[in-house]
Amino acid sequence: MLDATRKSLPHTPGVGYKAQHFNDIMADAGPVGWLEIHAENYMGMGGRPLAQLRHLSEKFPFSVHGVGLSIGGEGRLDADHLARLKTLCDWLNPASFSEHLAWSTHDSAFLNDLLPLPYTQATVKRVADHIDEVQSTLGRQMLLENPSSYLAFAESDMSETDFLAEIAARTGCGLLLDVNNVFVSATNLGYSPQEYIDAYPLDHVGEIHLGGHDEDEDETGAPLLIDSHGAHVVDPVWALLGYTLAKSGPKPLLIEWDTDVPEWAVLVEETKRAETALALT
Amino acid sequence: MITTQTQFRTALLDPSSPPPDGLRNPDGVQATKRFDVYRNNVAVSLTDALETAFPVVNKLVGTDFFRAMAGVYLRAHPPTSPVMMFYGSDMPDFLAAFAPAQSVPYLPDVARLELALRHSYHAADATPMAPDALGQIAPDTLPNVTFTFAPSVHLIASKYPLHSIWWANTHGGEVSKSAQPTLITRPEFDPAVDALTPQQAAVLAALIAGDPLGAALRHGGADFDLGTLLGLLLSRNALISIQT
Repeated sequence: MLDATRKSLPHTPGVGYKAQHFNDIMADAGPVGWLEIHAENYMGMGGRPLAQLRHLSEKFPFSVHGVGLSIGGEGRLDADHLARLKTLCDWLNPASFSEHLAWSTHDSAFLNDLLPLPYTQATVKRVADHIDEVQSTLGRQMLLENPSSYLAFAESDMSETDFLAEIAARTGCGLLLDVNNVFVSATNLGYSPQEYIDAYPLDHVGEIHLGGHDEDEDETGAPLLIDSHGAHVVDPVWALLGYTLAKSGPKPLLIEWDTDVPEWAVLVEETKRAETALALT
Repeated sequence: MITTQTQFRTALLDPSSPPPDGLRNPDGVQATKRFDVYRNNVAVSLTDALETAFPVVNKLVGTDFFRAMAGVYLRAHPPTSPVMMFYGSDMPDFLAAFAPAQSVPYLPDVARLELALRHSYHAADATPMAPDALGQIAPDTLPNVTFTFAPSVHLIASKYPLHSIWWANTHGGEVSKSAQPTLITRPEFDPAVDALTPQQAAVLAALIAGDPLGAALRHGGADFDLGTLLGLLLSRNALISIQT
């Protein structure tokens, strides 16, 4: 068993780890103080991916970020997948484990996307029950991340921030606040991102995500932003981060860049900007 | 209106079906293009995953054909696990039955090879057998020995020149005229791909199945050169132990 905990994630910039950056990170990580992996990419039995984690975990605390547990699914959690997550967390002993407020599996088909759910008392109960099961199986607290939304459900009768607050209160889970997702959802659904942050239960935040998005329009010409993790963080999202940190105090800040992954130097420049935002807190 | 995940899933995978009721644009109108964001994410991400998984199949048929074929595949065989590194396990059988691909009869074997490369890459680590372990066996007991293979070892049977088809499309070179069963091993972290003769493949398949060396050699025919096969297996760290 490894020990990538160092107790908790530091209040420094981190990056989503990509295998092509291994040598750069080992040589000079710049301001990067911790690394996040997508859990599902490290569920093989051995070989280079796990060997790289073995080396990196000697230098960095880790966050394990699941993208496939389908916590918002109508059906039961996939017991095999939960067992794989436990195996990975028991081996790596990360400082943090997080997953999404979304679903991705239905009738045993995994759809490889983070799909939305309505916000009602019925879905609060379903998500809370699933989080209880995750936390008791893994033997650790998890963080739950707010989604990027492209549409709303007619049946929703509570706000996303109230939904997250109730989940955190019921389960004792922490929250992963994705500031880019807040900006994307607020733009797409026509509300103020600052008012979302004002209403968000910031006391429960254990980590903040920052990433890039693409710009499109819907059939009426209204802006439609699409979460892509394939570009620089835009200025309004940096501004929303500053607004958030002024209220929350410093937090572990992650730069997510998952598609069209740039050279390490580009990620370092992005983390320097995150470091500056933390220094101003 | 309650939107169930069954309705959502059906509409995601079927472009001809309308978006589920109960999804709204910010102005309260039923969402259509906004639902297509999810539809597009699902189709594109799964197509991309298949393209990454089967680069030589893609090269052999061309990207336009491949992406159209992937669109059919992903609807017939959506992933059954969130562990995407092994997505596409039904591809060889799918290609064997896919009418538009029948003009390239070796495609299923290439897909099998590419699947095996990924399984080998992610297989459990194993400590290779000492190179002199075989020399320590008393000659009269040699026919009775069996071998344990590293979990990264895969043998792909093929009546086509599989190895040279794969090699020509990854490294260049000519395609051979003879059948080439193909051995996949993982000396350290990167899988190695070697051509075998049909006789070598027959002996190796028997050894992998757990047959004793003497019985396995009967599949090789007269004048079988065991030294060449064992030398290859040892140099590729394919053997982890020998049992007498």
